[in-house]
Amino acid sequence: MSTRLACGGRLIDRRAPRTFSFNGKKMRGFLGDTLASALLANDQMLVGRSFKYHRPRGIVAAGPEEPNALVGLGTGSRFEPNQRVTTTELFDGLTATSQNHWPSLEFDVGVVNNYAARFLPGGFYYKTFIHPRFAWKHVFEPIIRRSAGLGKAPIDRDADRYEQAYDFADILVIGGGIAGLQAALVAGRSGARVLVLEQTAHWGGRAPVDEVEIDGLTAGEWIDNAVQELEGMENVTLRLRTMGAGVYDHGYVLAEEKIADHSPADGRPRKRLWRIRAAKVIAAQGAIERPLSFAGNDVPGVMLAGSVRDFVVNHAVAPGDRTVVVTNNDDAYRTAILLVEAGLSVPAVLDARPVADGELPRRARAMGIRVETGRAIAAVKGGKRVTGVATCAQAGQGAVLETVACDSVAMSGGWSPVVHLWSHCGGKLIWDEANAHFRPDPDRPPTGQDGQGMVVTAGSASGALTADAVLADATQAAGGGNVPQATVPQEAPVAAIWVMPQGAGPDLRAKMWLDYQNDVKVSDVQLAAREGYTSVEHTKRYTTLGMATDQGKLSNINGLAVLSQALSIDIPQVGTTTFRPPYTPVTIGALAGEARDEIFQPLRRTPIHEWHETHDVEWEPVGLWRRPYCYRHPGETSHQAVMREVSNTRKNVGLLDASTLGKIIVKGPDAGRFLDMLYTNMMSTLPVGKCRYGLMCNEQGFLSDDGVVARIDDETWLCHTTSGGADRIHAWMEDWLQCEWWDWQVFTANVTEQFAQVAVVGPNARKLLEKLGGMDVSKETLPFMQWQDGTLGGFRARVYRISFSGELSYEIAVPANEGRAFWDACVAAGAELGAMPYGTECLHVMRAEKGFIMIGDETDGTVIPQDLNLAWAISKKKADYLGKRGQERAFLASPDRWKLVGLETLDGSVLEDGAYAPGEGRNANGQRNTQGRVTSTYHSPTLGRGIAMGLVLRGPERMGEVIEFTKLDGTLTKAKIVDQVFYDKEGAKQDV
Amino acid sequence: MLILECPHCGIRAEETELSPGGEAHLKRFGPGSSDQEFEDYMFARKNPKGVHFERWRHAYGCGKWFIAARCTATLEVFGTYPAQTAEPPQHIIDAVKTRRPGWEGYK
Repeated sequence: MSTRLACGGRLIDRRAPRTFSFNGKKMRGFLGDTLASALLANDQMLVGRSFKYHRPRGIVAAGPEEPNALVGLGTGSRFEPNQRVTTTELFDGLTATSQNHWPSLEFDVGVVNNYAARFLPGGFYYKTFIHPRFAWKHVFEPIIRRSAGLGKAPIDRDADRYEQAYDFADILVIGGGIAGLQAALVAGRSGARVLVLEQTAHWGGRAPVDEVEIDGLTAGEWIDNAVQELEGMENVTLRLRTMGAGVYDHGYVLAEEKIADHSPADGRPRKRLWRIRAAKVIAAQGAIERPLSFAGNDVPGVMLAGSVRDFVVNHAVAPGDRTVVVTNNDDAYRTAILLVEAGLSVPAVLDARPVADGELPRRARAMGIRVETGRAIAAVKGGKRVTGVATCAQAGQGAVLETVACDSVAMSGGWSPVVHLWSHCGGKLIWDEANAHFRPDPDRPPTGQDGQGMVVTAGSASGALTADAVLADATQAAGGGNVPQATVPQEAPVAAIWVMPQGAGPDLRAKMWLDYQNDVKVSDVQLAAREGYTSVEHTKRYTTLGMATDQGKLSNINGLAVLSQALSIDIPQVGTTTFRPPYTPVTIGALAGEARDEIFQPLRRTPIHEWHETHDVEWEPVGLWRRPYCYRHPGETSHQAVMREVSNTRKNVGLLDASTLGKIIVKGPDAGRFLDMLYTNMMSTLPVGKCRYGLMCNEQGFLSDDGVVARIDDETWLCHTTSGGADRIHAWMEDWLQCEWWDWQVFTANVTEQFAQVAVVGPNARKLLEKLGGMDVSKETLPFMQWQDGTLGGFRARVYRISFSGELSYEIAVPANEGRAFWDACVAAGAELGAMPYGTECLHVMRAEKGFIMIGDETDGTVIPQDLNLAWAISKKKADYLGKRGQERAFLASPDRWKLVGLETLDGSVLEDGAYAPGEGRNANGQRNTQGRVTSTYHSPTLGRGIAMGLVLRGPERMGEVIEFTKLDGTLTKAKIVDQVFYDKEGAKQDV
Repeated sequence: MLILECPHCGIRAEETELSPGGEAHLKRFGPGSSDQEFEDYMFARKNPKGVHFERWRHAYGCGKWFIAARCTATLEVFGTYPAQTAEPPQHIIDAVKTRRPGWEGYK
């Protein structure tokens, strides 16, 4: 059993007990425990079920590489799935639940998959569920969705808050082990601005566990001194609990700091995402131990040898009473020695190498530990917990030599440098034959702005695996200096042994796990190789090796090695998969930071926004603006409100807040020439004081925006754009002015927010303005499509006689800060004239009744003005305008285009928005051909029936023809093709 | 997240301050051009692995367009210059040639 030792534990405080629960069971640990060490101290080795086969799984590692021990942490609005117990700090009241089992962790039904394992090989999903097609949707998918997946997604809103912060550094050191601290010391002494990040709550990494001696001090003493010196430097910042997640272009680094993970609801943000810009990154993330592939290497109790040491030294937790050590290198002997020194039993060290006579093996033998060379594990005994191992010769096929009783196995397949940060932005790796691992190739670093390397690695992350080499490498990485001297035992080289025994047959290989989290076995990778998957990237996807949340931290190299053996090529030729950020998962909340709820994105308010808010408004988002959709009187539905607004505007007068309309000033000696290029029609000839409707197209010829242009003076035009288009069109103008016609003398200014604009619309509009008084707004003085400056009711106003409704209409612009007062004045003056405000939906109905197009309804980026019967707004005289050449392309000039028409249902009903008109026959994909679609459709209160516009094949040539449109219920509606103008075809009402 | 220096205002701007505008030094083909010329102008882009000239706007800064000469493979920036030019200035060409002796030129 796993248990707490009577003494020791450098990180725990036995005077500070902590209580927590696992699957509802109360347990006790100490301050300084991780959830992993606390679970082991309570003999809770079984912590979850595997992904595919639901095999019992226990804790394997002691750090972020842990693949098995993922739990759901917290409850309710603080529940978070898939949390690694090895990186979770224990606190009072912590609640953890295991995952991926039904009905219980101890007894799980899904384990039947395990007995069907031979039917669930690599690529199983691809192979099995292709046919019959219906079975996927109705049979396989529901079953797989229920049984697969790790943690459950949280249901409640996240109760925590998160924040983001920026930092800058000359040198950013990621990793606070002895390599990182030494690099920081060298860099800090040089005066550089240094930032040091360490993912755990403690400085020093593995050195204290491995009992390294530096400059005659214990590792712990040396680390304390180093931290003290760094804390004394003003140019150095140290951050614990901060994980370097990713390195990006030009020294941009993301890091996640855990602030209140271990003290929930203490008022602080739970996590902080650091956005760091560093001139140079020193990646000192250390190395990760590899498992060995032997049958039953996933049985709870089989752990990494280095992690076993971590638990003993750091937390005084022994994973087992009797531990068999299995290894291909000298380092694992440290575990055997440490366990025996701690009073625990090590029945045997099984060393796969033929000879083991390094300093550490000799020391182990001298302590009386039984060392067997050339040995391997043939099989691990036990189900939910190791009960023993059957040993065999590494050279053979697995014939059992003896069975050794034990309750845990410490395995070591050698160490792989953590190369993630090096690789994120393009750093390349080389295969290190002597150490049997990939390490960063210093000659091919990720490069920065100057083309020089921007990341260097330090210590084990470079492939230096002993303390003396680590310190030398770290010193060098930071610019050089005095190297602290570490005394280390001489270690014999690791043997490149991946699978044990060497000649293991299919039965054994099918029980050797490579990727614990995704349940990928040696046999799966070998199958992929047999089926022709020679590329490691393809094999990875086919088998899902390394694609779980641990991103293959334990499995990648072993998987590559197995693949290379199966393909009979060298590991460097197989290559590696791509490392992508983040190094370990980052909470989505931290990535979102403060950007949630009201401040998720900015809200643009017109000067009249608050009036709407207090007058029964129903909002419609338009870009970042909120516009009134309608104003609902008590007892009204939205539809009723819209109908009332239309009728009242057509009968009396309506008020519209048109402030969101884009307003761009274009000014200069070449402004007219510029606008002639921008608009399809002629703007240079527009007389001062007049307005003209204009269309803008992109270079492909497709309609992009429309609006009324007013000539202000000789050199000045004011261009109205759509509400959503103002910023885009302004940027479009600047692009052409700066990048194509930079010698033209034109200035543009987006003055959208400088003015409030109110549309006064309806038969009583003139009376309302006259009541305000101050300027002559008669037909004679201010005719249709003209504008004038003046005062209205004491307000400085620019009055445009333009109409988007077909009614007598004025749009009045006043300075933004007077907008609300002017609106109030209009409301007051209009009271006895029947004035009511109206919203965007009323605007839509009225413009549709008049057959006016709306950008985004009648256009979708594939429609040219000619499709919309707007050829009248396209100049034939101009040699060029943006989009002219595009519109000359054969398929746009063809008469076989869908063109705009009006549509009237025979029964007066309202067509469905976006409905298609089926045509004759079927296309090459067997789908029904279509001959048109609805672009705008409303109930018209003016006509008392449904009206619509749509694009129909050769539509204008087919007036009077009846065609059918689809409905969502599968039936069809008949509609007659008619003229698109339904109301006041002559335009008499707007020109009075 | 690139850092590019805006040649107009001198600010070393992070990518979030900039908006991209695609390949630089395209020649516009309008009315009278052949279908092939127009198609190339509209759609054909180099997308090189190596030296590239691309348009950027200092959108959340001075609002000006400029051109960056950089290597798409190594992210090295050879220089930036105002967009008001039909071809890269000599000092930029020199900077690229110094770093990439075998470079074939921007066309």
